[in-house]
Amino acid sequence: MNINLTLFGQTIAFIVFVWFCLKYIWPPLINALNERKKTIADGLAAAVHGQQAQERGEQRAVEIIRDAKTQAQEILASAEKRRNEIVEEAKLEAKDEGERLVGAAHAEIEQETHRAREQLRGQLASLVVAGASQILDKEVDAATHGQMLDGLVGQL
Amino acid sequence: MAAENLTTTSYIKHHLQNLTFGKHPDGGWGIAHGAEEAREMGFWAIHLDTMFWSVALGALFLWVFHKVAKRVTSDVPDGAQNFIESVVEFIDNNVRGSFAGKNDLIAPLALTLFVWVLLMNTMDLVPVDWIPMIASGIGIPYMKVVPTTDPNATFGMSIGVFFLTLYYSLKVKGPIGFAAELSMQPFESKNIFLKLLFLIPNLFLEIISLISKPISLSLRLFGNLFAGEMIFILIALLFNGGWVLALMGGALQLGWAIFHILIILLQAFIFMVLTIVYLDMAHSEH
Repeated sequence: MNINLTLFGQTIAFIVFVWFCLKYIWPPLINALNERKKTIADGLAAAVHGQQAQERGEQRAVEIIRDAKTQAQEILASAEKRRNEIVEEAKLEAKDEGERLVGAAHAEIEQETHRAREQLRGQLASLVVAGASQILDKEVDAATHGQMLDGLVGQL
Repeated sequence: MAAENLTTTSYIKHHLQNLTFGKHPDGGWGIAHGAEEAREMGFWAIHLDTMFWSVALGALFLWVFHKVAKRVTSDVPDGAQNFIESVVEFIDNNVRGSFAGKNDLIAPLALTLFVWVLLMNTMDLVPVDWIPMIASGIGIPYMKVVPTTDPNATFGMSIGVFFLTLYYSLKVKGPIGFAAELSMQPFESKNIFLKLLFLIPNLFLEIISLISKPISLSLRLFGNLFAGEMIFILIALLFNGGWVLALMGGALQLGWAIFHILIILLQAFIFMVLTIVYLDMAHSEH
C-alpha cells in the first residue's frame, strides 16, 4: 500500500496503451463503423428512391392504360363510323348496280322483244304468203306479191 | 485462540501485501518479505505484481482489439467484430454525449481507460486464493492480482489524466486564460479592487478543486475495489470455520461476486466518464 515507483510505471504503461489505442485500434474501428453507417444510410435512401420510382412507374402505367383505353374507344368509334360509311357506300353502289342491271335487262328484253317481233314478222309474212298462196293457189305470183307483202310487213 | 487470531491477521495481511521489489535498507536488492520491509524500501521500489497484471491485462485488451481492428470490415461483421464494435460504439456515444469539443485523443483514451480498468477490476472476481496459491507454489511469496486495489495503479492513471487536463487547459485557453480561470472565480466582481482582493481566495479554492480531481478520481476507484476485495478476503476466512460456515461463505461469495459485477462495471464506467468530463472542462471556456 506504499506509493512508490509503481506509480510512474503505471503512468508510463497508461501512456503507451493510450498511444497504441489512438494509433492502431480506434481509427480503423470507428472508420468501419462510420462507413457502415454511410452504407446503410445510402441503402435506405436508395430504397426510398426505388420506391418513388416504382410509384412513378405505376402512375405512368395507369396513364398509359387509360390512354390506350381512350385510343381503343376512338378506334372502335371510327371503325364503326367507317363501317357505316362502307355499308352506305355499298348500298348506294348496289343500288346503282342494280339499276344498271335492271336497265341492261330492260334493254336486252327490249332487244329480244324486237328481234322476236322481227322474226315473228318475217315468219308471219311467209305464213301469210303460204296461206295466201294456198288460198289463191297458182294465181299468185310469188315474186310480185312477195314484194307487196314485204311492204305490208314493213308497216307492222 | 491467539494463534487463530494471528493466522487470520497474517492471512489478511498477506493478501494485502504487494510483491515489492526494491533496495533493502542493508543495501541488497530483492523482494520485500512483509509489510515492514516493503515500507522501509521507500519510494524506490516497484510492485511487480501490480505492474505484471496491469500490463498483461492492458496488453490483452490491445491484442484483442488490434486483432479485430486489423481485419475490420464495414461489411457484415463476424461475432468478435460485433462485440468490439458494440464497445467502440458505446464509448463513442459517451464521448459524444459528454465531450463538446473536437479532439481525436478523447475517444481512444476513454476506450483504453474503460476496458483496461474493467479488465483489472474483473480480476477481483477470481477467487482470492487461487492465483496467490499457484504463485506461492512456484516460489513467489506475495501476489495481489487486482491492480486497481493498488493505489499506485489508480494514481498512475489519474496522474496521466491530470497532466492531460493541464496540457489541454493551457493549449485551449492559453496561459493567461487558464490563470484567469484559476483566479477570477468563483468570487467575481467588476470592481478592480475587489478583483484583486478576491484573487487569493479564488486561487486557493480553484487549486484545491483542480488537485482534488485526480485524487478523487483515483481514490474512488481504489476505495471501491479495495473494499470489494477486502470483503472477498473476509468471506474467504469463513472457509476455515467448519462446513456450516464454509457453506455460508460459499453463498456469500456467490452473492457478493454477482453484486460485485455491478461495481467493477460501474467503477470502470465512472472512471471513464469523469476522465471525459474533466477533459471537456479543460477544453471549454467559462
